[in-house]
Amino acid sequence: MSGKIRYFFQKQIHQVDNIPTTRTLLQHLREDLHCTGTKEGCAEGDCGACTVVVGEVNNGQLTMKSVNACLQLMPTLDGKAIFTVEDLQIGEDLHPVQQAMVECHGSQCGFCTPGFVMSLWDLYLDREPPCAPLQRKQIDIALSGNLCRCTGYRPIIDAAHKMEQLPRQHFDKNAVLRILNTIEQSETLDYVHAGQHFFAPRKLSDLIALRKTYPQACLLAGGTDIGIWVTKQFRDLGHIIYLGKVVELQQISEENDTLKIGAAVSLDDAYRHICQHYPQELNDLWQRFASLPIRHAGTLGGNVANGSPIGDSMPWLIALGSRVVLHGGAGERELALEDFYLAYQKKDLQADEIVSAVRIPLPRANLIFRTYKLAKRFDQDISAVCAAFSADLVGDRLSNVRIAFGGMAATPKRAQKAEMVLNQQTWNEASLNVAMSALAEDYAPLSDMRASAGYRLQTAQNLLRRFWLETCPDSPLTTQSVNAFASANMNAAEAK
Amino acid sequence: MKDLAQTNTSAPWTEVGKPHPHESAVLHVCGTANYTDDLPELQGTLHAALGLSTQAHAKINNINLDAVRAAEGVVAVFAAKDFPGTNECGPIIKDDPILADGKVEYVGQPVFVVVAHSHDQARRAARLAKIDYDNLTPILHPRAARDAESYVLPPMSLSRGDARQALEKAPNRIQGSWQVGGQEQFYLEGQIAYAIPKEANGMAVMCSTQHPSEMQHIVAHALAIPSHSVQVECRRMGGGFGGKESQSGLWAAAAALCAFHLKRPIKLRADRDDDMMVTGKRHEFHYDYDVAYDEQGLILGARFEMVSRAGFSADLSGPVATRAVCHVDNTYYLSDVDIRAMCGKTNTQSNTAFRGFGGPQGAILIEYVIDEIARLLGQDALDVRKLNFYGRNDAEGRNVTHYGQKVADNVIHELVAEIEASSSYRARRLAINEFNAQSPVLKKGLALTPHKFGIAFNVTHLNQAGALVHVYLDGSVLVNHGGTEMGQGLNTKVAQVVAHELGVPLSEVRVSATDTTKIANTSATAASTGADLNGKAAQDAARQIRERLSEFAVKTYGGNVVDVRFSDGQIYCNGSSIAFEEVVNKAYFARVQLWSDGFYATPHLQWDSKTMTGSPFSYYAYGAAVSEVIVDTLTGEWKLLRADALYDAGNSLNPAIDVGQIEGAFIQGMGWLTTEELVWNANGKLTTHAPSTYKIPAISDCPEDFRVRLFKNTNVADSIHRSKAVGEPPLLLPFSVFFAIRDAIASVAEGKINPPLTAPATSEAILRAVTAVQTLQSQ
Repeated sequence: MSGKIRYFFQKQIHQVDNIPTTRTLLQHLREDLHCTGTKEGCAEGDCGACTVVVGEVNNGQLTMKSVNACLQLMPTLDGKAIFTVEDLQIGEDLHPVQQAMVECHGSQCGFCTPGFVMSLWDLYLDREPPCAPLQRKQIDIALSGNLCRCTGYRPIIDAAHKMEQLPRQHFDKNAVLRILNTIEQSETLDYVHAGQHFFAPRKLSDLIALRKTYPQACLLAGGTDIGIWVTKQFRDLGHIIYLGKVVELQQISEENDTLKIGAAVSLDDAYRHICQHYPQELNDLWQRFASLPIRHAGTLGGNVANGSPIGDSMPWLIALGSRVVLHGGAGERELALEDFYLAYQKKDLQADEIVSAVRIPLPRANLIFRTYKLAKRFDQDISAVCAAFSADLVGDRLSNVRIAFGGMAATPKRAQKAEMVLNQQTWNEASLNVAMSALAEDYAPLSDMRASAGYRLQTAQNLLRRFWLETCPDSPLTTQSVNAFASANMNAAEAK
Repeated sequence: MKDLAQTNTSAPWTEVGKPHPHESAVLHVCGTANYTDDLPELQGTLHAALGLSTQAHAKINNINLDAVRAAEGVVAVFAAKDFPGTNECGPIIKDDPILADGKVEYVGQPVFVVVAHSHDQARRAARLAKIDYDNLTPILHPRAARDAESYVLPPMSLSRGDARQALEKAPNRIQGSWQVGGQEQFYLEGQIAYAIPKEANGMAVMCSTQHPSEMQHIVAHALAIPSHSVQVECRRMGGGFGGKESQSGLWAAAAALCAFHLKRPIKLRADRDDDMMVTGKRHEFHYDYDVAYDEQGLILGARFEMVSRAGFSADLSGPVATRAVCHVDNTYYLSDVDIRAMCGKTNTQSNTAFRGFGGPQGAILIEYVIDEIARLLGQDALDVRKLNFYGRNDAEGRNVTHYGQKVADNVIHELVAEIEASSSYRARRLAINEFNAQSPVLKKGLALTPHKFGIAFNVTHLNQAGALVHVYLDGSVLVNHGGTEMGQGLNTKVAQVVAHELGVPLSEVRVSATDTTKIANTSATAASTGADLNGKAAQDAARQIRERLSEFAVKTYGGNVVDVRFSDGQIYCNGSSIAFEEVVNKAYFARVQLWSDGFYATPHLQWDSKTMTGSPFSYYAYGAAVSEVIVDTLTGEWKLLRADALYDAGNSLNPAIDVGQIEGAFIQGMGWLTTEELVWNANGKLTTHAPSTYKIPAISDCPEDFRVRLFKNTNVADSIHRSKAVGEPPLLLPFSVFFAIRDAIASVAEGKINPPLTAPATSEAILRAVTAVQTLQSQ
């Protein structure tokens, strides 16, 4: 039992024991430490003005990740290192990232700039030379969580290229690692403020025990949603149990043709592994799933456990026939993911249970599988519609058809009627048309600020058509012929 | 303003015209550029938050603030009755209460302000009020406002020639309705004011504002103290875009009210959602048009009616509508026109300035009409555009605008010809037709749109500026001017102008915070005039100092005043070269005044707001862009593949900053016309009040192939170093994106049907238009 939050910041270890359990890193930096380089633009993880880089020890290695300081609750930073824009300059010399931003005119009003600088620094650290020149796509991914209202981004993209042309500045990861190793990690952090506990267990058994004792406590993983409950909704979280330190929940393994991903694995790490198996099918969604800082913080388990009807992982997980692994006082159980969601925000989860992993089938012969996301904007947007289609196609005959959608119902939901009309059918335009009509019986979507019900239904049907165009046995079309973004990438490659 | 020697343009060394980085660039990248919320807080600082209306239109029966007062950390709560002076922040018409008094007129209207020990406590407490409302019927749509003749100002009209006759005897006539949506400014730094009580009822307000003088007046009136007792200061803003012109007043006044009563420093910083719920945005416009044209597409007469979403109060809706009326011609000569503009009073946020200020909303209407006409005639829209351009000169004629100003600097013919060639417009048109013929799902589209934008405040008296230049004994120079820095590089440009005048390196010149105690009665930094006005005023001040130093140098070193040169940190006089610092030092001992004020008033402006005629603009800024898009006809998704832009910045003061402004405006304007959608629900509540739901362009939206260049030109008007303004006009360049999308949709029916596409062209709007075209085609 430590009782104190200990983190490394600006050359020293800080110990904190007098702030609320829900104090955000951004509030702490700006209001408690008076380090005002990091800005608040939205306090919901959507603008990136507060981007910082957090270092932590994983399997003896230091990993550095950009995250949104506005969503990170302070006790989750125990044992970690925090780097802000104030850390980059060494003496009078600007860091190459900063120098490049100045030389390329990458700032105008300058308010978003510290966030961009930190995202670029995170990218810079990831690229130990020698490496191939940065591609635009890589820059877009690194900066997908940073909004700039002044520049139109072109000079910032130039700066990303420029930073690698300047003399390299070395960052001593080992020094940080040594310091973090001196922060003694207790079995379970129990940080208390104003009678509210923040527990950070390190073993699954301790987590299960805590869950049993505190069945009402808020389970916290990446905090990319819970952070907003705090900053926007002023919800009282009560006691908090943090999953981010539980070693067993960080595991990724392959067992019996499935990929098992622990609940506390970050979204970015989870998608990196999944995309090794489904590169063509899931790479786009990986890039479009929130922003990089959100994917660094958020977890696949959190996405699944939250079970939002507009979450982007569930449709494809369900379409592939993934299963969710639950742990509780009575032990472990597993169920099909679609059976986990009972109704809006209602899940088949006992009070003493937690989601511990997701089990995803690996590719099999004859599998056709696609997932498509529609949103107002390419980067960092919540889906209006998220579709996933999978089936076995042998010759021109479909079987094992599984179709699931986000944004179309109160839960991530399968399209059972459409599946039924396609199963054991010939995959042709006639069966497609019947299935498109069936989708209208499967779903009665809502209208909201993201899209109207009419658009949701029409595009759900049209995305099924896109799936057919891409996978039909007779002269299928390439992704580049049916997807404007894929086509644009090809166009740009040709232009070069 | 004194008549002083002309700029010594023969000097071998100059700071003007160089692509210097932004003066704060190093501070920006280090996180050491201070915005209002970053200033060290004074001892005793308290934090405020606003309590907002939950109703669109209601009478307030009772406000119960007991729970607010009892909340943790709360120190005080203030409401409308607590203003010692006037509870009013309307910039022109006094119809804009700072805090609602007796009634609320939109969801989000501030009703009270709560002060607590922390920002978080104040925000939490603000939600605890129990307000008893008597609901009244709200008007939530501009067309409903027009039907009810509910306006914030009397309708305005402008006519020339005989539009009725032209329409009646027209060979072709097109009538229709159209609309463009509004736009949230989404400055990254939200509204903020930090009010610090001073002795003798004085008040200092650190404020993120484009208009410090107006903040000063609003605070003075609200507190019933003289303007000399109020100091407003703004070092920089984290973006403004018009949203901090009038609408920073509410925050300044509310913070000052609390500071006045509590005698404590008060910081009022808007959370993003509160900011978007409270403040006004770009005006959404609804149009009806009736246009006559000949077989070639030449416009013969037009009748336009436009109604804007003004919101609940006038704010700047009148001037915005005026600019829309004055820009409905864009680059085209309209011989016979009849225009009517109305500012619809709706129970929503009071809409305000936003980059372009009605100009884009006026100009895009004629572009839409031309796009319609071209498709009806089966012509390339570029040819119809060219046919309608203003004449080049008096001999050609067709060179007087519908409001009576002669277009004396028309370069649109040459500019468009240049970009047509450099973008390979015609060849790409053919390539796109070929692509579309063999691509069943994805369709490409191309468009070239031009613009002409009038530079100066439409209202003549606002076209004035002041500056103060101090030369210190070490040769360093401090500049103050009435303009504000919001990222547009104004301070960099002004510093370049002063460095140029005094012949010192740019590093010797520092521009400090805008401060009402230094420059009085300033105009807002708006209407793209920042560098034009303040650059000239600072130049005037610097020249006076240079004149004195020249006279002193001649007295000391001999020679003639006209031969004295200031360059390279040296003063060249009578064959010798003396360091600037040395001359300054000697001049001080000789009791020469080493500081000066400067003033500028733009000449030759005239405007009659009753008849809507005159010559309101000092000159015009021209530009054109070509955009190519790809559209998915199954989903409405689209992507900008390539954009070319050519902009007339005259003799650019700083090409790097100007290109930055053009690119930024392009992407911002593209957002307005595509992904940025404001949605109010049936109760009048804005549901897109944060970046999670309101989508400004992000990095992937910047086209991979983006070619922005400056058009080689020199301003005909005697502007600062013959440069041209760059703030707002390039926001019109991405019209080309919208019309390229429309072009791609039209290709579904081989370009024969006009797609019913409204702005913003969200994926949903695009798919709706695609579906409509497909339906029409199958009929």
